[in-house]
Amino acid sequence: MSVTAALPDAVRFRPLVVRRRGFAARHPRIMVAAVLLLVLTSLAVFAPLITQYDPQALAVTQRLRPPSWQHLFGTDAYGRDTFSRTIHGGRISILIGVSVAVISAVIGTMIGLVGGVVRWLDPMVMRISDGLMSIPAILLAIALMSLTRASVGTVIVAITIPEVPRVIRLVRALVLTVREQTYVQAAVSSGTRMPRLLLRHILPNTLTPLIVQSTYICASAVLLEAYLGFLGAGPPPEVPSWGNMIAENRTFVQLAIWNVMFPGGFLAMLVLAVNMLGDGVRDLLDPRLAGRLR
Amino acid sequence: MAELRLGSVALVEPAALRVEDLRTHFLTSDGIARAVDGVSYHVGRGETLGVVGESGCGKSVTALSIMRLIPDPPGRIVAGRVLLHGRDLLALDEAAMRRVRGNEIGMIFQEPMSSLNPVLTVGRQIEEVVALHGRLSAREAAERAVEMLRLVHIPEPARRAGEYPHQLSGGMRQRVMIAMALSCNPGVLIADEPTTALDVTIQAQVLTLMQDLQERTGTAIVLITHDLGVIAECADRVAVMYAGKKVEDAPVQALFDNPLHPYTRGLMASMPRLDTPLGSVRGTLPEIPGTVPRLSRLPEGCRFAPRCPLAVPQCREEPPLLEYAPGHAAACWRAGE
Amino acid sequence: MPLLILRRLAATIPVMLVVAVVVFLMLHLSNGDPAAIIAGDNATTEDIERLRASLGLDQPLAGQFVSWLWQLMHGDLGVSIFNRMSVTSMIVQRVEPTLALTLLTIVIAVLVAVPLGVLAAWRVGTLTDHAIMGLAVAAFSCPVFLIGYALVQQFSRTWRILPVQGYTPLAEGLVPFLQHLALPAISLGLIYTALLARMTRSTMLEVLGEDYIRTARAKGLGVMPVLLRHGLRNAAVPVVTTIGLGIALLLGGVVVAESVFAIPGIGRLTVEALQQRDYPVIQGVILVSSLAYVMVNLLIDLAYLLLDPRIRY
Repeated sequence: MSVTAALPDAVRFRPLVVRRRGFAARHPRIMVAAVLLLVLTSLAVFAPLITQYDPQALAVTQRLRPPSWQHLFGTDAYGRDTFSRTIHGGRISILIGVSVAVISAVIGTMIGLVGGVVRWLDPMVMRISDGLMSIPAILLAIALMSLTRASVGTVIVAITIPEVPRVIRLVRALVLTVREQTYVQAAVSSGTRMPRLLLRHILPNTLTPLIVQSTYICASAVLLEAYLGFLGAGPPPEVPSWGNMIAENRTFVQLAIWNVMFPGGFLAMLVLAVNMLGDGVRDLLDPRLAGRLR
Repeated sequence: MAELRLGSVALVEPAALRVEDLRTHFLTSDGIARAVDGVSYHVGRGETLGVVGESGCGKSVTALSIMRLIPDPPGRIVAGRVLLHGRDLLALDEAAMRRVRGNEIGMIFQEPMSSLNPVLTVGRQIEEVVALHGRLSAREAAERAVEMLRLVHIPEPARRAGEYPHQLSGGMRQRVMIAMALSCNPGVLIADEPTTALDVTIQAQVLTLMQDLQERTGTAIVLITHDLGVIAECADRVAVMYAGKKVEDAPVQALFDNPLHPYTRGLMASMPRLDTPLGSVRGTLPEIPGTVPRLSRLPEGCRFAPRCPLAVPQCREEPPLLEYAPGHAAACWRAGE
Repeated sequence: MPLLILRRLAATIPVMLVVAVVVFLMLHLSNGDPAAIIAGDNATTEDIERLRASLGLDQPLAGQFVSWLWQLMHGDLGVSIFNRMSVTSMIVQRVEPTLALTLLTIVIAVLVAVPLGVLAAWRVGTLTDHAIMGLAVAAFSCPVFLIGYALVQQFSRTWRILPVQGYTPLAEGLVPFLQHLALPAISLGLIYTALLARMTRSTMLEVLGEDYIRTARAKGLGVMPVLLRHGLRNAAVPVVTTIGLGIALLLGGVVVAESVFAIPGIGRLTVEALQQRDYPVIQGVILVSSLAYVMVNLLIDLAYLLLDPRIRY
């Protein structure tokens, strides 16, 4: 291979062509994720308008029908329309996912800030969050659910509690790093009081990683809720959550696999979209975080 | 084997390493950065060539190009020849080039701490090279490693060979790097800013060591640095680089006595010296105004013209490298004025 | 060095204590009377009172905690409400399938994920890299039951080469053992593998950008020694850390996998206990799995001593 080829540079560098492309082309992951999320959320929000069948309507004469024009995704063991139930299930999942993400972010940040700022409380905060993190999330959620009456609200609480320690760790680590920065020390030495310090200097720096982490927590929460439903520890049976649907239809999985594949597939798509969004946003806002998060 | 060409320096005996019209370009989002744009130099057996210039002038990229360690993408060697004892390295396939690296050319880098693998013992890192190129057995390689450590004046070499880089001081680590680079008796050693990261006293030790070893083994050394003091100490000849081109080439004494290129003169003038009178009118250190041009947006003609006190309209045309005295060449229309 | 090990060991105690406190408090702070909850919906008031007395739930809280802790340290995890067996013995009975599944999954995952991660990092930016990472993100998002049922449909029903469900102990033969565990291990392992592959890739990318890699190449070393002896060895610590942290995910996923594939392990035990509101069993499972997680991470911590000489000296 002779290096002194007579070809002009432009031709030789052809595989590496770099043009100034639009945002969409440069960040395909975010675009795909955003589109997918938009589709899924719209389906969920406009569910009653899209579907013609009531998700709870029984029709024992129509049990276990395969997908057809009448029933796009077929029917389940009680004759309920699977398409309708799948779309409505999306509402539950999105609701739970977002709720858990937001609540765990708020609580976790508060505790994490306290731990990072109030030094003598820090070891205790760390031990507690380490301890909580040693318990597999599903088991903790199952245990919590076994003690209460099942409802969407209790499911949200049961999933939030195992996810909070992740936020605590992140926020605390960030606070500790920021605290050591020279500009913070400068602010302290010029007499800035703690609340102002928190608000002006520390909090803004924790926002970016927090948003990315919350996205991942949302995905994890959606998955966890489905697992809980599948195991019978989720929302009450009449709620058409995806986990519940799969649990109900597993005995008939050989006869009517669509009743498992559709909710499962939608679940995977939602989780995938949220994870991709998290990845994309993380790379967009700060590529250096790639090593530290998740 | 020497060809007389306009602007090159004629040689009587073949050089150990000869770089001819090397061009290395990088594809950036800004366009093509011509980091090395037609650089030629050579170094003979037992000789030390100093390559000096500011950060970004292309001296390190030239060295990495010689070793063919330029990451592709985004960089690529687009033209030139690199002759090692007459053999063009750029024409070799990768496997053949690997046999050259570490074996016929050794290279040492600026940061000895990060340039050594933290999880392997220093002995192991030297053994690796000799075992690879010398086809030595494990025991022979281990012995050779200890021998090399002794050669670079590391006390208790056998014990040190079993230690890890973080257990050694900065100066010792650089010695280890030298030992590693010279372990297969290469004909050429490329030293890229070997002392920049070291304390001044250690600097002197390492440079002396390199010179001693050169006397003993006859290795040709390409010493890359931005420090004129180091050049004055160690180099036999000097090549001054600016923005990807060589602007002056001279024996070291001639360079300091009579710098021809305005850039070289600027460098010399901005060196703090013990005999600069304090409190005199010229109390402030002179500097070269302006900054190094962006390699993807280079000016037409002479690249130094925008910052040059001697610039004239003719400088819009690129000046050729011409010899103004035996062995002393410069690329400037107004060289020596 | 033994001091270091001892110190690490000692650090696990506060963590386990927290777990114990959490588990204890959950039962006692929940809405409702713990005794009533444990006794179940069909219990009469007398049953509840009897249960309360027998479990010592009428004692002050702190006292209960201490005596319960004392019990725990002697390996007594309480008694199942449902079948009156010792929770400890129930767990011991069912631990083998779970252990087998978990270990098999970890082995497969590491063997697949690490090379893929290294490959993706080496070929960063190319189609190979994007393909591997794309697959990883997809695999990471796939719920265990989706893959599980899909695999069963394909391998067990259509191609009939693997059993639908169930478990065969190793003692009854290696081949049936592996056959029964293959699909569960894959379903479970997909998420774990994806996580590990991503982490390996990002660590390798960092490592490959380091100066000593450039030195290794300048010495004339070939691709393999550079990637492995110089690259991976330095990436080992974060990668091994991820293996440890991922165990928590794994232990959770095992519960679902055992349910999908009808494997009689601890996961199934938990689900049964959940249906029967057999709280002492759930409690016991949590304690045991937390202990397992903490111990594994302790081992990994100690592994650092082997992997990174900078910690040793």
